[in-house]
Amino acid sequence: MTNEHEGQQKRSLSWLEFLIERAIQVSGISAIVLVILIFLFLIKEGTPTFLEIPLSGLFATRWYPIEEYYGLLPLIMGSLIVTIGAAVVSLPLGLATAIFIAEIAPAWVRDILKPFIEVLAGIPSVVIGFIGMLVFAPLIRVALNIPTGLTAFTGVLLLAWMALPTVVSVAEDVLDTVPKTYRDAGLALGMTRWQVIWRIVLPAGRSGILMALMLGVGRAIGETMTVMMVTGNAARVPVGLRDFFMPVRTMTATIAAEMGEVAHGSPHYHVLFTVGLTLFVITFAVNMAAASVVFRQVKRAERMLS
Amino acid sequence: MMRPKLPQLSRQNSQRIAFALITLAAFVVVAPIFFIVGYIVYEGASAISWEFLTAYPYDGMKAGGLLPAIVGTLWLTFGTAVVAVPIGIGAAIYLSEYAKDNALTRAIRVAIINLAGIPSVVFGLFGLGLFVIFLNFGTSILAGSLTLGIMTLPVIISTAEEALRAVPQSFRLVSVSLGGTRWQTIRRVVLPQALPGIITGVILGLERAAGETAPILFTVAAFFLPRLPTSMFDQTMALPYHLFVISTQVPGMPERIQYGTALVLLIFVLSMNVLATLIRNHYRKQRFW
Amino acid sequence: MAGDVKIHIEDFGLRYSDGTESLHDITLDIYANQINVLFGPAGGGKSTLLRAMNRLNDLTDVVEQTGHIFLDGEDVTRPHYDIVRLRRRVGIVFARPVVLPMSIYRNITYGLELAGVRDKATLDAAVTRSLQQSALWDEVHDRLGDPAHALSGGQQQRLCLARVLALQPEVILLDEPTSGLDPISTAKIEGTMQELKSDYTFVVVPHSVQQAARVADWAAFFLQGELVEHSTGRELFVTPKNTRTEDYITGRFG
Repeated sequence: MTNEHEGQQKRSLSWLEFLIERAIQVSGISAIVLVILIFLFLIKEGTPTFLEIPLSGLFATRWYPIEEYYGLLPLIMGSLIVTIGAAVVSLPLGLATAIFIAEIAPAWVRDILKPFIEVLAGIPSVVIGFIGMLVFAPLIRVALNIPTGLTAFTGVLLLAWMALPTVVSVAEDVLDTVPKTYRDAGLALGMTRWQVIWRIVLPAGRSGILMALMLGVGRAIGETMTVMMVTGNAARVPVGLRDFFMPVRTMTATIAAEMGEVAHGSPHYHVLFTVGLTLFVITFAVNMAAASVVFRQVKRAERMLS
Repeated sequence: MMRPKLPQLSRQNSQRIAFALITLAAFVVVAPIFFIVGYIVYEGASAISWEFLTAYPYDGMKAGGLLPAIVGTLWLTFGTAVVAVPIGIGAAIYLSEYAKDNALTRAIRVAIINLAGIPSVVFGLFGLGLFVIFLNFGTSILAGSLTLGIMTLPVIISTAEEALRAVPQSFRLVSVSLGGTRWQTIRRVVLPQALPGIITGVILGLERAAGETAPILFTVAAFFLPRLPTSMFDQTMALPYHLFVISTQVPGMPERIQYGTALVLLIFVLSMNVLATLIRNHYRKQRFW
Repeated sequence: MAGDVKIHIEDFGLRYSDGTESLHDITLDIYANQINVLFGPAGGGKSTLLRAMNRLNDLTDVVEQTGHIFLDGEDVTRPHYDIVRLRRRVGIVFARPVVLPMSIYRNITYGLELAGVRDKATLDAAVTRSLQQSALWDEVHDRLGDPAHALSGGQQQRLCLARVLALQPEVILLDEPTSGLDPISTAKIEGTMQELKSDYTFVVVPHSVQQAARVADWAAFFLQGELVEHSTGRELFVTPKNTRTEDYITGRFG
């Protein structure tokens, strides 16, 4: 190997390499830059709200922009009901499915089931909303004998179902990480398989299950199209159990439905950005909480956070 | 007063009941998947024809084909890839091969988690505010691609990083001991070995972007645009948005066409899923580490 | 029997963040065209010192490093020394054969490609030469395009040696090169070292005292990060001067 050949190669190599490595570094911090950028933009377009609309107006119970009622409470409550309901429903179902896959199902069932859950993760939300609207809502209307099938309840069911791949995936990881020695100890003591799961494995995976719950919440709160198509879009503050079976409106649906019609720079425009900012902050908080619970698990769950 | 004793279930019976409930739950979870896909196929298959896929719509969308929507979705998917793939893979390489264990790296990871959790409609707002209005791109494929691209970034970064980390450390050691620089090692050994995993992740990320509606609502989508886009500054139709509009805002829309549109979207998206799985399985068999 | 000094190690010390495998004030000469053996019980620092010679330790969590290492009189431990060039001059074979996920041919040409060599004729010649030198040519010359991981363990290790030889280094470091291999493969590699030492300088960490005694022209005994004794193979294994050396060689501890 001649030295001059080597030298030539080295010079051009270092120059190009330097550029490439710089580009890689820039890409690395891109995530931080983008999050900050998004946050700043939401603030930029959202804060004029507080100059144009008094706080009492924002915390009112009437959302009717055409007549300049900008009460956010119905929207926030709508989102809360649907989100918490979905998380509460999806957690036991997802956990049960994960247990089923891990402990009960024979191998051939498992091999069919897992790809199918991935299929579920891939179905676009607009398709689920479509079917929910055309098929599921009428079913509910008839079955429960209520005026319309487009209700918070319908939204909860569909959202819970959509959050399942995330919850199942995290729950699976949780069940996996409980050491085999725990189970063996329980079986050696004469416990049935179910007792081992219920008394040993699940309590051991407590923090992971909590994280699954939070990720499910995060998933549900950000869902837009499905809720827009099945929750009826009536901006009323839900009170009492009966309203659970009535239409509601979420923050996400509000933005999606009304943004197309607002004049740029109008109070309505700014308020919608404020709603967006609220969503950003809520999901930020939920995600930080979930991340702090079990940092390691998030990587795999991110893939499913669709 | 003593509480009456409840009948004790034997442990075996408890297990049977519990397992039965769990199986029921799993069934409740999985059965609807079959149902939804099956029902859409059942109702929509009759609408699918060569004309449906290649003609332009007319009569206020109530007849004709989906060509502009299909082409629009293809363009947006391509645009998303252009934005998200280079930056995403670059960031993944940074995290896997260059980043040290310090505060900056932790901040990057936190940012990625948060980016992944932002609601899609908030991305739409951001896209509207920054690309459409502030940078004056207007509602365009450019604005839509940038918005979708940023939204897809976390997924690509995560899966690409995982693929890179899976490559055995010993390969890197050998390459360096033979006089390789860090970048040479990445380019010649690590990246090629991680490529199947990276490609799988990219396809899954793009699959998600193709099916999204909220981010394109205000940044690119048009409803009735019976011509194909000619530049990236054009608006375009898109399949998810199209489905949304025809099912909620067009009175008298034939249900057959609605289901047909849903079916086309479903096929588009799920075939990407299948492609990604095939690639992943094929290369998993081939590698020896 | 002392000849030219190829590598001179001067007051060299090193500490890892967890305190394991550190070295204290090592002063040692590595002689050119000889088989220099570094041996001793586990944790003694021999592998650490070996890797310091081509600065592979830079990749690990070294907390503190003192002293110097001179290659042909040049201080390779100074901060701006061209490490890439160092690693081509001082090659290494690891304990576990690690073949790159490529063909046999490309495994060998990998180092040359890194250096920018593209001429097919040069590469072909290098492949032939290195495979012959590592006694692998007869077994693989008709299937150079086959994936390297299809070879047996012993063949893979000889391939790793060929990979290093392709760069025509001056020094070859071997870190327990035969630890996983059967006796025949072990003998082949030990034989190769003897044949090649007229062209190269070898520094070997053997995986047993017997191997050390078999191959060493010069031997250095390490115990818990310190150099206990250093002399020719014959002197050290037949008439060790230090009782600790003798105890280890005769198996009183290990």
